[in-house]
Amino acid sequence: MSVDHRHGHLENVRSFLSTLVYPLQYIVNMPVQAGRWVSNSVVTQTQLLEENEDLREGLLLLNQKLQKYDILVEENNRLRELLDSSVRLGERVERVLIAELIAVELESFRRQIVINKGQRDDVYDGQPVVDANGIMGQVVHVNPFSSTVLLITDQTHSMPVQLNRNGLRAIAVGTGQDNVLLLENLPTNSDIQTGDLVISSGLGRRFPRGYPVGTVSNITMEPGEPFAKVQVTPSANPGQSREVLLVWPYEENTRHEQVSTNLTTK
Amino acid sequence: MIDKNHNGGVIILMSFVIAYMLMAMPLPAWAANWRPAWVAIVLIYWCLALPERVGIGIAWVAGMFLDVQQGTVFGQNAIVLIVIAFVILKLHKRIRVYPLAQQAMIICGLLLITQLLTLWIRAMMGFPPQHWTYWMPAFTSMILWPWLFIILRDVRRTFRVH
Repeated sequence: MSVDHRHGHLENVRSFLSTLVYPLQYIVNMPVQAGRWVSNSVVTQTQLLEENEDLREGLLLLNQKLQKYDILVEENNRLRELLDSSVRLGERVERVLIAELIAVELESFRRQIVINKGQRDDVYDGQPVVDANGIMGQVVHVNPFSSTVLLITDQTHSMPVQLNRNGLRAIAVGTGQDNVLLLENLPTNSDIQTGDLVISSGLGRRFPRGYPVGTVSNITMEPGEPFAKVQVTPSANPGQSREVLLVWPYEENTRHEQVSTNLTTK
Repeated sequence: MIDKNHNGGVIILMSFVIAYMLMAMPLPAWAANWRPAWVAIVLIYWCLALPERVGIGIAWVAGMFLDVQQGTVFGQNAIVLIVIAFVILKLHKRIRVYPLAQQAMIICGLLLITQLLTLWIRAMMGFPPQHWTYWMPAFTSMILWPWLFIILRDVRRTFRVH
């Protein structure tokens, strides 16, 4: 047990055994798949037309936002050049892959999900997983055909974040409850408000920078305590999304480049 | 001990496979913590019924598979199932003659003890469960035991597993 917990030498054994378990998970998932298939195939034309209309409108809105985004990225890069800063937004090309959730349950009281992409799709240990709204978690076990994702709300998970408004850095710690994260060790006088957007800071080099993590929902300042208690509602919703995105934020060559640029700027 | 009198290994295997599927079956969030310990009670049944065939070795293998399936640390469920198998093997002659209700209560107690073991392991690794429903699987297993016992006994007699 301690060998597995502390050193992870048994990861190969685990991934081998999990190939034997995978058919079971597949069978358990089948009713869910069948339900989806039925609900997909039994739709009326009017419903489809309506959905199509909605999607078109959504796409138009997103395109309009994207136009603005491109301009903003350019402007941001120009300003950063003026400031002679080495950090740039949007220069890194991230590879993404869509994975589907497998409806199986794992150990109770932990926040983990299983997805249907594994070693054969180049998934790696520690890979960030996002959904349409924000960061969801990271891969902890890679198996040949599936992998296990630890959600950011798990009580053993914490990740570096910053506030979008003023760049204040903090650590977001999971609580084990589905919709609460805590920002730890923020002094009571720090500039933080309810409704602030919390984004990933990219420190720790595990999660890509600039993805939304959640919004600050509640701040309590106990007079006797040195630190404020800041609650964050995560923006990703693992209960509702059935597709997630696997992100390859740091491809090998760019990682080396970045390290070297960091060294030269120092 | 492999002779012609031993048959029905497939049936035992199938009962474990179904137990694994029930362990992995998605439940609504409020019910997830109340899920009975299916693999454990199926193991208890076979240890009671065929103590010379199903023992600590099978318990260990079943536990390892459960660990892989549930994403727990290696050995956590294995040690739990080994303890269960050991106690049942020691007491099987006594438990067999008890009425079903009393069997169910003994099993509930045994599962509570092994959950204490799990609690200990998880606390050492830094993620203790945070809700009282952690203890519920023992009680739901207790409620289900009489039905499971009758079903598995009928299955065993129909297919002549011995």
